[in-house]
Amino acid sequence: MNFPFLSALTWFPVFGGVLVMCLGDRRATQARWLALCIAVITLMASVPLYLGFDTHSAALQFNEQLAWIPGLHSTYHLGVDGISLPLILLTTFSTILVLIAGWTRIEKRPAQYVAAFLIMEGLMIGVFAAADALLFYVFWEAMLLPMFIIIGVWGGARRVYATLKFFLYTFLGSVLMLVALIYLYLKSGSYDLAALVQLPLGLQQQTLIFLAFFAAFAVKVPMVPVHTWLPDAHVEAPTGGSVILAAIMLKMGGYGFLRFSLPITPDASRELAWLVIGLSLVAVVYIGLVALVQRDMKKLIAYSSIAHMGFVTLGCFLAFSIVAATGHALGATLALSGAMVQMISHGLVSGALFLCVGVLYDRMHTRDIAAYGGVVNTMPIFSAFMVLFGMANAGLPGTSGFVGEFMVVLAAFHANFWFALVAGMTLILGAAYTLWLIKRVVFGAVANDQVAALSDVNGREFFVLAVSAVAVLALGIYPRPLTELMEPTLRHLLSLMMISKL
Amino acid sequence: MMEQVYLAIPLAPLVAALLAGLAGKWIGRTGAHVVTIVGVAMALVLSLFVFKGQVFDGSPRYNATVYTWLVSDGLSMQVGFLIDHLTALMMVVVTFVSLMVHIYTIGYMHDDPGYQRFFSYISLFTFAMLMLVMSNNFLQLFFGWEAVGLVSYLLIGFWFTRPSAIFANMKAFLVNRVGDLGFLLGIAGVVYYTGSLAYSDAFQAAPEIVKHSMVLLNGYAWNAMTVICICLFIGAMGKSAQVPLHVWLPDSMEGPTPISALIHAATMVTAGIFMVARMSPLFELSPTALSVVLVIGATTALFMGFLGMVANDIKRVVAYSTLSQLGYMTVALGVSAYSAAIFHLMTHAFFKALLFLGAGSVIVAMHHEQDMRRMGGLRKYLPITYVTSLLGALALIGFPGFSGFFSKDALIEAVGESHAIGAGYAQVCVTAGVFITAFYTFRMIFMTFHGKERMDEHTRAHLHESPWVVTLPLILLAIPSVLVGWFTVGPVLFGGFFDGVITVAPSHDVLGHLGRSFEGPWPFLCEAFRAPTLYLAAAGVALAWFLYLKRPELPEKITARLGPILAVLEHKYGFDWFNQQVLAGGSRLLGYGFWRIGDEWLIDGTLVNGSAKTVGWLAGVARRFQSGYLYHYAFVMIIGLAGVLAWFLWQA
Repeated sequence: MNFPFLSALTWFPVFGGVLVMCLGDRRATQARWLALCIAVITLMASVPLYLGFDTHSAALQFNEQLAWIPGLHSTYHLGVDGISLPLILLTTFSTILVLIAGWTRIEKRPAQYVAAFLIMEGLMIGVFAAADALLFYVFWEAMLLPMFIIIGVWGGARRVYATLKFFLYTFLGSVLMLVALIYLYLKSGSYDLAALVQLPLGLQQQTLIFLAFFAAFAVKVPMVPVHTWLPDAHVEAPTGGSVILAAIMLKMGGYGFLRFSLPITPDASRELAWLVIGLSLVAVVYIGLVALVQRDMKKLIAYSSIAHMGFVTLGCFLAFSIVAATGHALGATLALSGAMVQMISHGLVSGALFLCVGVLYDRMHTRDIAAYGGVVNTMPIFSAFMVLFGMANAGLPGTSGFVGEFMVVLAAFHANFWFALVAGMTLILGAAYTLWLIKRVVFGAVANDQVAALSDVNGREFFVLAVSAVAVLALGIYPRPLTELMEPTLRHLLSLMMISKL
Repeated sequence: MMEQVYLAIPLAPLVAALLAGLAGKWIGRTGAHVVTIVGVAMALVLSLFVFKGQVFDGSPRYNATVYTWLVSDGLSMQVGFLIDHLTALMMVVVTFVSLMVHIYTIGYMHDDPGYQRFFSYISLFTFAMLMLVMSNNFLQLFFGWEAVGLVSYLLIGFWFTRPSAIFANMKAFLVNRVGDLGFLLGIAGVVYYTGSLAYSDAFQAAPEIVKHSMVLLNGYAWNAMTVICICLFIGAMGKSAQVPLHVWLPDSMEGPTPISALIHAATMVTAGIFMVARMSPLFELSPTALSVVLVIGATTALFMGFLGMVANDIKRVVAYSTLSQLGYMTVALGVSAYSAAIFHLMTHAFFKALLFLGAGSVIVAMHHEQDMRRMGGLRKYLPITYVTSLLGALALIGFPGFSGFFSKDALIEAVGESHAIGAGYAQVCVTAGVFITAFYTFRMIFMTFHGKERMDEHTRAHLHESPWVVTLPLILLAIPSVLVGWFTVGPVLFGGFFDGVITVAPSHDVLGHLGRSFEGPWPFLCEAFRAPTLYLAAAGVALAWFLYLKRPELPEKITARLGPILAVLEHKYGFDWFNQQVLAGGSRLLGYGFWRIGDEWLIDGTLVNGSAKTVGWLAGVARRFQSGYLYHYAFVMIIGLAGVLAWFLWQA
């Protein structure tokens, strides 16, 4: 395996995107087909990554290391382990869906639109593959630009406000992360992640570094109270932007916690675990209640995303609480694994729900829940998909939405009965906001003439939703391949978290 | 070889459901019912085969994994089957009632545009219910548990254009989710203390779990087993509609009648009863939890029965009866008479499915009229429906010799033997319940089939007996409703049928105690003439006869006198009001407050946009210093110079 798969996955879509852009908006059809081909090739290139991955090893695999900025001791170092591989696969998978979903719907600058998604795909893969902190930071910031443009150019009426809010929020967090990274570089003389993980740090240093990381990752997840950019960004973003935002970009926060905060600052993570766990539980209940009263479908799903991502952050930090409560780490890997599964599942489910909203929006040009009602009468196939994804969002067993939540709740019981109880509230709240949405939009008699005139999904939309449905069900019925892939990496991560650096 | 059989039993209805659901357009209406009926019939035949092997041929119990769903942190989560007497009995009951309902549906849903969809759903339900009862671990149990809930949701809302139906199905799902939260916590507790999701590991570790305690709130330590069992029972309260989580079941009558029979009477709602019986090795170790079970069950048994006395919708009467009977089963669980609970579950499945399907036959004949005040005298027009419903009613009130007699009488006697905390209260409830049951059941029979014909002319002119696809299941269900008790009371209750499956601590073994004086069904029957229950039932029937046939003008007068009591009953004790106004309304209000005040005013308005505005304002102020006019700068310089000079002079 000498072929540089990771570089190919990173740069092929980026250069492909540039090529598509060069093709120009006047040759829209060619541009779309070219973009789709590029995305499909990228997906196919990610398959050998999965097949060739050694699931018994926690080490970085498919390593590539080249000199990059010798003056700063930063190298071009890529590699994947059990944490990053599933997220890369999710990225290559979601990008194709987004390109197909937006096929004829985007009329303004179509070539630039698809090019932006390709470039973003490459950069996001770069984030997950980077094993050098500076390289990671470059990808992390670069990735913002295509999304900034996607919301700002193809977004809704308040797109400028939303895109600025999105950019400033995330940028502010990232800058603090950069400060922390520079500090770590000055201490260790290297940007290589492996070296940073080994670097001994005092508790005060760790705490400051942790908080700087926390600013970056908490905004990205997003955690309460720095979550308000997400509903605005989702509402204004075009369907494809929402899908990528929900499916991949939010995962950057969880990934950051797993990759940076936990192994680099284990003692500070332990000391501040109460903060993260507390905010995660607040996310489940507070955001769940806020989601209940939303009138805009996208906003509702955006809030639901925040509540679901609460399980990710909860799972990431439960380990410390479990050790404090029981004296051993049994259940901690379950929590980490649950957090990862929840990230993948949320990517699939909320992505699919945004696609569903997109299907409706394309026809009715409104996201207002009150404008709908009785969609099932005119769009039965679509409604079946929407109910399926709604059930997955409500964590029904047999769908992917159940797996991660189940694992995290089981693990939470090891730490504290009340953690499990509060987290488990999602069973009720998640079902309440999702089913109420479905009741008002899908079920009932035909509400008005626009609904009466709706036509059911076309072949293209059917394909996108069906592929998502298969993925959601497959992960729900047989999640073992996914957890098997991650287990050694997560065990290794846990051992790093448990070793004090003091 | 048996592995394939076990696998085929749930998969046959699943495949049929997928065919009818996804390919319904191509296989047509006939195709849909043929494929699903074949699937369920296959499941029934194979279940009977398994039952025969287990019960008559003495096959060993089977406990094995089908596939490993997930492994993490040493915790292996699997899908697997446990086949023993309890499972085999449940499989036969589920597939038999399901098959009857499938056949009945051909007639009942004949004109419905959602014909294929309906068959797909009920087959899918059969699959989910089989997965639930056949499970050998908590994961699959939870899967089946939620999957039957999903199908129940889809079926209650089957007529999705009706506002009441789509309200009822959401309500059912959410109330069940409250129970499921408890259930999930119970499962998490089992995993915490045993490190496994398998039943066998949990049962083996049970004596260890009891030694642990949990401090949930400051100061008071709970026994770990009590916490686990109460949590699990909260799940059962949701699914088996025990007070206060019963509110969804009456509303679930919005669904088509066949599913009321299958899901909301015979099978799904008994899942909670089944689960507690399955978990007897755990519950036996927590007398506290058993007493909770007992009191909740007794309350449900009596107070839901009262509601049946005033309901006028024929399906609601049967629904309240179901709630009350589920309460009886729960009482049996509470006094550790698990076998009696399962026995009543079985007989109830037959006669209650029969009563629901009979009610459905009446409703179809009456052109979807469900109000009994507009019925009466139907026995002339619907003879088969009448006779079978009457048999079902007699079974329900415990007429001597009928199946319900054996199960209910044994259950009440078991309560009498018990010394558990709450047994006295429970005995009052279940004994009084006998009178109530007899009254509302025969009130329904008399109002529907006897007395004056109160329907309009048009309806009367079109009254006729239902087609054979409807009456055949009625007859086939009437047979076990009458006979099954006589033949099974001895072996199931007192013959060690559940040995090694259900665990009862010697000190709680009320059925064992009763069994010592049991000498067969005939002496058991004669014994009943010495107990008050029989006379209470007779009195209930007599009162119903007096009020609704002899002096039909009386109920109205009584109603007028009993205003306040009636108001309480008509408002169903206010549970719905509380849930809708306080819980649902409160949540919405809280959510709205969090959103407007927390998110929009505090975070966005004050912190985010506020800091942006502050920066803007500061910049605006700072900008004034750089006006670009030379004379401004010169003026400031002069002022500054003067200031500095003044300072120096002052210093000097």
